[in-house]
Amino acid sequence: MASVLVVAELGEGKVKKTTHSAITAAQKIGGSFSILVIGGGAAGAAAELAGFGAAKLLVADDASLASFLAETYAPTIAEVAKSGGFTHVVATASSYGKDLMPRVAARLGAAYVGDITEVVSDSSYRRPMFAGNAFGVAKVETPVQVVSARQSAFTPAEPSGGQSPSETVKLAAGGQAASRVEFVGVETTKSARPELTEARTVVSGGRALKERFEEVLAPLADVLGAAVGASRAACDAGYAPSDLQVGQTGKIVAPQLYFAIGISGAIQHLAGMKGSKVIVAINKDGDAPIFQVADYGLVADLFTAVPELVTAIKAAK
Amino acid sequence: MKILVALKRVADPDNANKVKIPASADKVDTTGLEWKPNPFDEYALEAALRLTENGQQPKTRAGEVVVVTFGPKETETTLRAALATGADRAIRVDASDEQLDGDLVARALKALVEKEKPDAVVMGKQTVDGDTNQVGQLLAEYLDWPQATFAATIEEEANGALLVGREIDGGVAKVRVKLPAVVTVDLRIVSGASVYSTKTARSFKYNDGVRFAALPAIMAAKKKPLAEVKLAELAADTKLKVTYGSFTAPPARKAGIKVKDVAELVQKLTTEAKVL
Ligand SMILES: Cc1cc2nc3c(=O)[nH]c(=O)nc-3n(C[C@H](O)[C@H](O)[C@H](O)COP(=O)(O)OP(=O)(O)OC[C@H]3O[C@@H](n4cnc5c(N)ncnc54)[C@H](O)[C@@H]3O)c2cc1C
Ligand SMILES: Nc1ncnc2c1ncn2[C@@H]1O[C@H](COP(=O)(O)O)[C@@H](O)[C@H]1O
Repeated sequence: MASVLVVAELGEGKVKKTTHSAITAAQKIGGSFSILVIGGGAAGAAAELAGFGAAKLLVADDASLASFLAETYAPTIAEVAKSGGFTHVVATASSYGKDLMPRVAARLGAAYVGDITEVVSDSSYRRPMFAGNAFGVAKVETPVQVVSARQSAFTPAEPSGGQSPSETVKLAAGGQAASRVEFVGVETTKSARPELTEARTVVSGGRALKERFEEVLAPLADVLGAAVGASRAACDAGYAPSDLQVGQTGKIVAPQLYFAIGISGAIQHLAGMKGSKVIVAINKDGDAPIFQVADYGLVADLFTAVPELVTAIKAAK
Repeated sequence: MKILVALKRVADPDNANKVKIPASADKVDTTGLEWKPNPFDEYALEAALRLTENGQQPKTRAGEVVVVTFGPKETETTLRAALATGADRAIRVDASDEQLDGDLVARALKALVEKEKPDAVVMGKQTVDGDTNQVGQLLAEYLDWPQATFAATIEEEANGALLVGREIDGGVAKVRVKLPAVVTVDLRIVSGASVYSTKTARSFKYNDGVRFAALPAIMAAKKKPLAEVKLAELAADTKLKVTYGSFTAPPARKAGIKVKDVAELVQKLTTEAKVL
């Protein structure tokens, strides 16, 4: 029977929401699961995960883990997986999971399957390929498996009550790799808006917004309580910060409502938002490919349509 | 600096919506799509070239860039194009896609690294056909080297280290890796001020994007060395850890409508879609 190790993701000493999606993936694999809470502040954060039905909470908290580095985290994760006899190691396919989990797999001699959208069996997983234009089932041939789960495809787990026992795990020493890497710092883009990957509504803008990106989109995002996203072209041009990029190589979102404003709808962009429930496109070119996936398309100049939309939504509320 | 660049050819990513799933569902049929270099690997090559030159004098090489691909004979076209763009040498590891998974590519690359002894391996963060995003990380672990994944900026430092800006969910994280190391690159690595060797002045700005091969370079590339290696020479165990099947097309979205104005849009979102 499967025994799954969920690797939690922390941010500023708190459990990130991504972790809850990884728990859901673990539950789908079946059997039992434990959660490894690793990083700076893990001891404190572990309490947040006590009520999710984990067999155990395993805690790795140490000054050497204060800043995330795959080279320093992977040895301990692999060691915990090995000594605990876990059959599966699961995290969310955030930038954290994608950076870290293949290294864990290599240490375990295990197969790695990244960015899965469905657990087909305890050794096969569906995942998107070709920018979401094909889905394949990856069948794993090794006894131990390492998986990262696409956050938008696994509804975050809710606490089910109970109190999982917690224990501290021993840190494993890093090798050459760990001694040759140094965390220098991080520039975070702070925003009071909801997280892009968790928001119920997302307002995304493209190249057409130009320097007026924030000025035009902010009122719409505010009235909707939405997160803001962007196309690659808008990010590359510096109109929007690069971590707002939605797409094959940016963030994958699947909100209830997605606005694509001044976005043409390139394959790589669609790959990141096609799973949204309702898609609205505003574009002055009636033939733009975005209209092929939009539930509601408005052919208009965004610079007049968006302010009108803000006024109309306010009036309707 | 000597850099190994891993480069794969993929079916034209801009037409990925034209791939077909045959009734047997055992593969993705890309017939009719042109082969293109994986965009991230083209960017990796550009980054490697920038790291082995003075940006003001790109004709003088200040290091060596070796490109490697795992693929059948026809992929030599992709390698020749990379040589024309500026790579010094190429290696083709003879294999078809069906014989490979990311883990095997990583294990074979490890053997190649041990032979070639580069100071860095620079590669794409992901192949846009499989979208797997794993080979760089696996390789780094197999070599016990540090990794700087999803690189948006690279600065070579005087003491044999790279300062790398990594694109992460919340912004940009900076790490310093002591060479040898593995770097996987993200889209913005090809903007004008993203990669600096110790030779290039920080005031210098590249053109955005990748460089193109001039006609004489295309001719000269025919004479550059291109070696062939057998997969079995690099990996004793060629059994795959992951195999693929049961392919399906993505769920189709039902056709939407065009609304005539903002008022109708708001009305539809309120009463029909009920999302406002
Ligand atoms: C390897 C690779 C990975 C990529 N990954 C991603 C990714 O993850 N995400 C992503 O988004 N892209 C990605 N891309 C880029 C993608 O191919 C497109 O280039 C990009 O999405 C285009 O952005 P855009 O729609 O904003 O710009 P454009 O294609 O320039 O479209 C602008 C649109 O705005 C419309 N417009 C102009 N003015 C107005 C106006 N006043 N009012 C209304 N409409 C107007 C135009 O009609 C047009 O349709 C990737 C590309 C590559 C090669
Ligand atoms: N067949 C291959 N030949 C050469 N390089 C490859 C091959 N497959 C993967 N790579 C390299 O590994 C990177 C990550 O690929 P992947 O993990 O498959 O998404 C790519 O960007 C390439 O640099």
